[in-house]
Amino acid sequence: MFILKLIIRNAFRHKLRSVLTVIGVAIAILAFGLLRTLVGLWYHGVEASSATRLVTRNAISLIFSLPISYKDRIRQIPGVKSVAYGNWFGGIYIDEKNFFANYAVDPQTYLGLYPEFVLPPGQRENFIRDRKGCIAGKRLADKYGWKVGDLITLRGTIFPGQWEFVLRGIYKGAEKSTEERVLLFHWDYLNETLRKTIPRRADQAGFYIIGVTNPDQAAAVSVAVDQLFRNSLAETLTETERAFQLSFVSMTEAIMIAIQIVSYVVIVIIMVVAANTMAMTARERIAEYATLKTLGFGVGHIAVIVYGESLAISLCGGMLGIVSTFPAANWIETELSQFFPAFSIRPATIYFDLLAALMVGAVAGIFPTWRGATIRIADGLRRIG
Amino acid sequence: MAGSGTSLVQIRNLSKSYRRGNQVIPVLQEISLDIAEGEFLALMGPSGSGKSTLLNLIAGIDKADEGSIVIGGVDVATLAEGDLAAWRSANVGFIFQFYNLMPVLTAYENVELPLLLTSLTRRERREHVELALQLVGLADRIDHYPSQLSGGQQQRVAIARAVVTDPLILVADEPTGDLDRVSAEEILTLMDRLVHGFGKTIIMVTHDPRAAEKAHVVRHLEKGELTI
Repeated sequence: MFILKLIIRNAFRHKLRSVLTVIGVAIAILAFGLLRTLVGLWYHGVEASSATRLVTRNAISLIFSLPISYKDRIRQIPGVKSVAYGNWFGGIYIDEKNFFANYAVDPQTYLGLYPEFVLPPGQRENFIRDRKGCIAGKRLADKYGWKVGDLITLRGTIFPGQWEFVLRGIYKGAEKSTEERVLLFHWDYLNETLRKTIPRRADQAGFYIIGVTNPDQAAAVSVAVDQLFRNSLAETLTETERAFQLSFVSMTEAIMIAIQIVSYVVIVIIMVVAANTMAMTARERIAEYATLKTLGFGVGHIAVIVYGESLAISLCGGMLGIVSTFPAANWIETELSQFFPAFSIRPATIYFDLLAALMVGAVAGIFPTWRGATIRIADGLRRIG
Repeated sequence: MAGSGTSLVQIRNLSKSYRRGNQVIPVLQEISLDIAEGEFLALMGPSGSGKSTLLNLIAGIDKADEGSIVIGGVDVATLAEGDLAAWRSANVGFIFQFYNLMPVLTAYENVELPLLLTSLTRRERREHVELALQLVGLADRIDHYPSQLSGGQQQRVAIARAVVTDPLILVADEPTGDLDRVSAEEILTLMDRLVHGFGKTIIMVTHDPRAAEKAHVVRHLEKGELTI
């Protein structure tokens, strides 16, 4: 009890110094948490991908489409259970900052392949029945206050015009990693409009999603699909959903690695700063440690007092950093939603933050603790006055 | 100058030197000294004569190169570090020139410090601390921090801390060195009371002749040797 009292009082003895150190640690932990969240977001799609789904796209590039006639041919390949198709729509809701993913898909087959999109009873049927209907993830609907039956207008960027949809359902993710910020509408609605306005772009799918009967057959099915369309006008590239997501991630992997390194460098820097502060503190208190030793307090007591102070300061900073992470993430999600539409902090990030704060305190306290605990009493007492 | 075998403190052939690089600097040479129980001894001498080193050796906060220091039947020169710390906390009370109080602790908490290493209960500790603070006349300053006390009052708190465990000996290193004349006089009077009223044994290092006048015995050190 006495040791704890001494640690707490010592920690805030030089208020300005302690407060500055706490703020420094808090900012470092905040930056660490946000950077880790950013890296985690990048890999979110990979984590949510399924082993039983393949993605087929144009072999040249994702921006080139594939004929819709491929659907039936793919369906006939042994091992294929179901084939869905769709297009990245790229529509904007009111303002460009309101970014979210929106796809034109074949509702029946697409929802069949994505059982993790859970719709309340009746809403799935209503969506499938209504050609102008759409469904949205719960987080997306909550963000914009959408209710079932609302009219949602998207401004097309790839497919020009004002596109109106009726919200027929709000899905929830079956798993934590399921993306709940997507809007899906009928591919037929898009295609019929294109037939009238830009006929050359009609009857084209941006991608096919293939459901395989057995994950072990995924490689064989991929090869079979690509062989089927070899030497055609639109050759295909088929890969697992995970590989497909990873191909996006790999484009920016160097940046992600750099961000990860920066997040660790931030912690190392604050470790050095905190260690310097603790070394200054210990140097000033050498005579006090010597006095305590004179009175009979042992090396262990002194070590706990010095180390405890270092941990107390860094944990205060860590807690402040963690508490600040949530409003900061919320601000990023709101104000920078076009770049970070789902900037949410995961529990693992908080644990890492806490661990980082503990490490800062632990490392920063090593030298001062050793110095305080090993000082000769006679030498320490000479530091007075 | 060795005395009878009934002395509380018996020092025999005590030598101590320091190393500075390759150089060995002798600080104390073949010191022998006896201090009787209830004696108030003043150690005087010029700076660098070795008086603080001798005090540190007696108090068990430094180690001698040679010789023995027997206090209350225990040869402190032979004790290991851990045993020495335990012996110190039970048998020696310290009074420093600059008081050496913990600035973040109140007068009460500072006096309580040595008792935290004992098996006393919280209530027993409180009784001891209040008694010690009454003894030094600071019962009304129990919750004051050192920064809220004058130099003389801080030294009285330090004395209360030194006597609260009822140690065998009190060691004082220039106890009046940082005080004005009036405060110094108060502290010396208090120390005199501890000797005459409570039978305490005090070993004091001082430069101040007025302080030395209060002592029963004054010994001079010069170049590491007792001269008188």
